[in-house]
Amino acid sequence: MRYASLFWEYIKNYAKTRLTYRADFWIEVFSDLLFQFVNLIFIFIVFQHTPSLGGWSELEVVFVYGFFMIPYGVFSTFFSIWNFSERYIVKGEMDRVLTRPAHSLFQVLFENVDPPSLFGSFVGAGIMAYCWAQMGLPFQLTDLLVLALFVAGAVLIYAGLYTALSAISFYSDAPTGIVPLMYNIQNYGRYPVNIYNKIIRFMLTWLLPFAFVGVIPASYFLEEKTDDLSKLAMLTPVMGIIVFGLGLAFWNHGVKRYRGAGS
Amino acid sequence: MMSAYIDFIRIRFLMMLAYRVNYYSGIIIYAINIGAYYFLWQAIYGDQESLAGFTVPQMTTYIAVSWMARAFYFNNLDREIANEIRDGSVAVQLIRPYSYLLVKMMQGFGEGAFRLLLFMVPGLLIVCLIFPVKLPTDPAVWLIYLVMLFFSFLINSQINILTGLFAFFVENNEGMMRMKRVMVDLFSGVVVPIAFFPGWLSAIMEWLPFQAITYLPSSVFTGRTPLGEAGSVLGLQAIWFGALLLPIWLTWRAARKRLFVQGG
Repeated sequence: MRYASLFWEYIKNYAKTRLTYRADFWIEVFSDLLFQFVNLIFIFIVFQHTPSLGGWSELEVVFVYGFFMIPYGVFSTFFSIWNFSERYIVKGEMDRVLTRPAHSLFQVLFENVDPPSLFGSFVGAGIMAYCWAQMGLPFQLTDLLVLALFVAGAVLIYAGLYTALSAISFYSDAPTGIVPLMYNIQNYGRYPVNIYNKIIRFMLTWLLPFAFVGVIPASYFLEEKTDDLSKLAMLTPVMGIIVFGLGLAFWNHGVKRYRGAGS
Repeated sequence: MMSAYIDFIRIRFLMMLAYRVNYYSGIIIYAINIGAYYFLWQAIYGDQESLAGFTVPQMTTYIAVSWMARAFYFNNLDREIANEIRDGSVAVQLIRPYSYLLVKMMQGFGEGAFRLLLFMVPGLLIVCLIFPVKLPTDPAVWLIYLVMLFFSFLINSQINILTGLFAFFVENNEGMMRMKRVMVDLFSGVVVPIAFFPGWLSAIMEWLPFQAITYLPSSVFTGRTPLGEAGSVLGLQAIWFGALLLPIWLTWRAARKRLFVQGG
């Protein structure tokens, strides 16, 4: 309950700072959407040269992308901590965070909350609905429930991975360049993972489980394929809890080790 | 005066060297990137032997060399400039007796030299061991590719500087910088060669500088563009390098007039 009221305070604070730079909000919404649009262009270009990608049609791949946008939008809203290492470790703001009673991760996340990203989720849902109708897939109300469960699981996977990546800064003195480098890898979970070889497929499924943020849960709603990824779909929430648990543990352990580097 | 600028190259190089461990993981991650696109393109080709003028082996080489070229020319000059404008330290830089933009460029060179020697070269070697990359045998191709690569670096840095300078006008250009990064990756041809673009889009691309960063040099490297046409590619790169100086100069002139430092 205390966290809920804190959350509300952070949002109010966010609104106040943002009202100073009103135009920024819309620039950010616009640039986020353009970013997604560029990724979609890639899919459209690819399908101009081939009718199917590892047995998946264009609509199906776009559908997967639409699904991916929903958890990604939620994740970007609450986990916008790209500059964690620079701002909190190098400049020493972590010291300030640690003097307060609320959990450090909670504070860091909500100081950086980024609501414009949520627009992507709505656009993603729209894309999904469009493809759903185009492919004439059956629709039941329970699908919505399952979708919500998968989205929650996918958000947790993302959250866990990026919490762990940010927490690396607690262990290593040098600002790590890993986060921007990871940026590209997350894209590959959106394509049918059966096109990759065993090593990359294994990595995307179990080590850096980006496949659970895109293609695996989305395949649950699509027609069954020979590779049958949809069997794994129900594991999405479980993976989410495991990955986030590990990420949080890694963070907590890192906070204990943290000595403060800033001046 | 020149020696001061050269020192900026040296210092940035040494600074990068201190953080070299980061780039070991970078090589692994780039190798994964190349691997993912390698399999993606294998699936796209399916049974077809050639698409948009690229044979399968040429495509493999294209992916490998394009990503590794990106490992070299990529830098964060836009972010550095924007941060210095936002935290106000640009004011101190402006009163120093050197050209701010030239110093940024020199720092870019330092980073580029580091990335070339400790990121691109070892990365390309490793990638060649893992994937069936076919390197050109003609030393002339290598030589001309190196020159092109230098221009790729210059043009990419110019675009970065231009994006960074927009922070003078909009205060928060975070979204713009992100957009630029995605646009450069797509339109320069790192993820898809421009030959694959639909006709109208590739027609637009011919009038933009992005293709000169990756697509044109990599096409020469893979042998899709014959060596005889390499001269015109180089010419186009030189033209873009010259053409981009003008907007940078104009922005810089306008920017200095309207700079106000918000604390710092």
